[in-house]
Amino acid sequence: MSPNVLALLPELILTLAGVVVMLAEPCLKPGSSRKPLGWLAIAGTVAALAASWYQIQFGTIHAFSGTIQVDAFSVLFHFVIGSVVLVTLLGSIDFFEGNASHAGEYFALVLFGAVGMMLMTCSVELLMVFVGLEISSISTYIMCGFRKGQATGTESSIKYFLLGSFATAFFLYGVALSFGATGSTNIYAIAHGLETTATPALAFTALALILIGLGFKVSAAPFHVWTPDVYQGAPAPVVGLMSTAPKAAAFAVLLRITFTGFPTYQHRWAILMWVMAALSMTVGNLGALMQRDVKRMLAYSSIAHAGYLMVAFTAFPFDGIAAACFYTATYAAMNVGAFAVVTQIAGYDERARSIDDFTGLGQKRPYLAALLSFFLLSLIGIPFTGGFFGKFYVFSAAIHGGNVWLAVIGLLNSGVACFYYLRLLAAIYTRPGSESTRLNQLRRIGVPAAIGIGLAAVATGALGILPSGAVSFAEYASHSTLIEQGRQECAASPDSCHLQLQFDEK
Amino acid sequence: MQLALFLIFGGLAVAGALNLLLQRHPINSALSLVVVMMSLAVLYWSLGAEFLAASQVIVYSGAIMVFFVFVIMLLNAGEEERTTGSRAAYLVGFPGAAAIFCLLSFVFLSERKALGYTNIGGYLNHVTSNISEISTILFTKLLLPFEVTSILILVAILGAVVLARKEQ
Repeated sequence: MSPNVLALLPELILTLAGVVVMLAEPCLKPGSSRKPLGWLAIAGTVAALAASWYQIQFGTIHAFSGTIQVDAFSVLFHFVIGSVVLVTLLGSIDFFEGNASHAGEYFALVLFGAVGMMLMTCSVELLMVFVGLEISSISTYIMCGFRKGQATGTESSIKYFLLGSFATAFFLYGVALSFGATGSTNIYAIAHGLETTATPALAFTALALILIGLGFKVSAAPFHVWTPDVYQGAPAPVVGLMSTAPKAAAFAVLLRITFTGFPTYQHRWAILMWVMAALSMTVGNLGALMQRDVKRMLAYSSIAHAGYLMVAFTAFPFDGIAAACFYTATYAAMNVGAFAVVTQIAGYDERARSIDDFTGLGQKRPYLAALLSFFLLSLIGIPFTGGFFGKFYVFSAAIHGGNVWLAVIGLLNSGVACFYYLRLLAAIYTRPGSESTRLNQLRRIGVPAAIGIGLAAVATGALGILPSGAVSFAEYASHSTLIEQGRQECAASPDSCHLQLQFDEK
Repeated sequence: MQLALFLIFGGLAVAGALNLLLQRHPINSALSLVVVMMSLAVLYWSLGAEFLAASQVIVYSGAIMVFFVFVIMLLNAGEEERTTGSRAAYLVGFPGAAAIFCLLSFVFLSERKALGYTNIGGYLNHVTSNISEISTILFTKLLLPFEVTSILILVAILGAVVLARKEQ
């Protein structure tokens, strides 16, 4: 197989599946079931995951004249994105049935969005990153407003679109300025150009603008204002997707740009990351304390989790990338799981919104309640869940990098976070009052949705109980990106080559 | 001549942008945006980016602005109503915009020697040709982003269909 095909195999499969779903949609009768299209989309996602798995054995693949670099790092993020899309699709099959007449378009948008996110994680060319970012963002903007006839859905879509376009403009301006400062938009060429650039201030401004653009996409404070409103209005499975997969992709880009594109300026951008991490954690957790709406509360919690993840950027490169990779995987598993359960409980027209509406869930639906509690405990960071080890690696990486105070702020925040998660947990396991009827007409949970939630729960549990495999894969991913930077430098200037192969390739 | 061009069209662009914000009727705002786009095209041309200038005129002033005007006419949009606006927008928005403006001007001014110079003359006497360089790079190094843009457009079309359809 040609390297160009091999490197883009998962994306090609997803695009193909998306196009087939999109073309099949108008061929079906308006009232007929859209489930076959959903299963087609799921088959495409599973095939893409298998293709990603197949890519690992080839080590680092370069394709399209250095635009694409598929290494363990991209494969890890492909896995995270693919699994999130899989769980979302499994949860959406019954969700749209009988409610939306053209659900096939939704499945196609999810697949195209996944293509954009996967392209972001495996490209080392900022223009390619930009195109991928736009594909993933535009499909998310549309999915937010997929529930017609609800004012909050339209509000969510428009708000996200306007603010998102504004943020993308910042990102693009940053890319343009970094081209101005270094003469290239390739990440490795930027890293090489920075060593001799005559315009260091311009280069750093470029990085700052890129950070603003991507900070918006990962909803880090102070660029988080859109998050609660958008999450509240969007359909629950879409929120599960958009709070994890695009964020994972944006973090992958952020890791590549900061650690391999601008390593020369680490002492400067680490300060920005420090501030953003501390702000996001504090604003997210304090904001969540005041929310009564479950989706808004989880929106603030996702801001806080973006903050925990940003703590990893203040660590040493190897530790930081490995910790961030592991945390992204655990956060994706537990958050998409929590939203999958909320999807099942609230239903299409969102019967249960506020924390009080969840009162008595433990009696009526013991299994769903137990799973939701498990995801919430993992979001708190209780030991033997994925969330605990994620936080543990991030904070220990930060302490190892000398940022003790940031770790202290993070731990204090984790304490504050307990309060609002436990409030929801307490509501779930309280005996319901006589007036609470919102949970009475709960639909039976479908088999696909049960499989999806089960997958998320297994992933969250496995990352907590047996993290060693995932940790070593995260370390391998971190190594594969960092070693590539050394290789490129050696190819550019063989005389000053001091490549240290600290970690043997597996 | 470059300085004169810059002063005239830079001033025109700023005036057009301010007018765009201050006008109450959408059609006046749209037409001011045409002025901004055209002046920017002249500025690009004076910097030696003749391809960018041409595409700016064709894409923005031609295609996008015609769409804007059509949409305004089809919706029969009237004069906009002014609200007082949110206080946060005034308190944070104006200082924020001013800060970004100052930061960028500071960076460009402090690094202006290192950034170098360019002029209109380059492509007139065939020293450099932007079009041949852009086409070379577009079909070699940047082939993939160029091709993947088709997925982006596909998503946008699909989105337009989703947004335009009425749910029963």
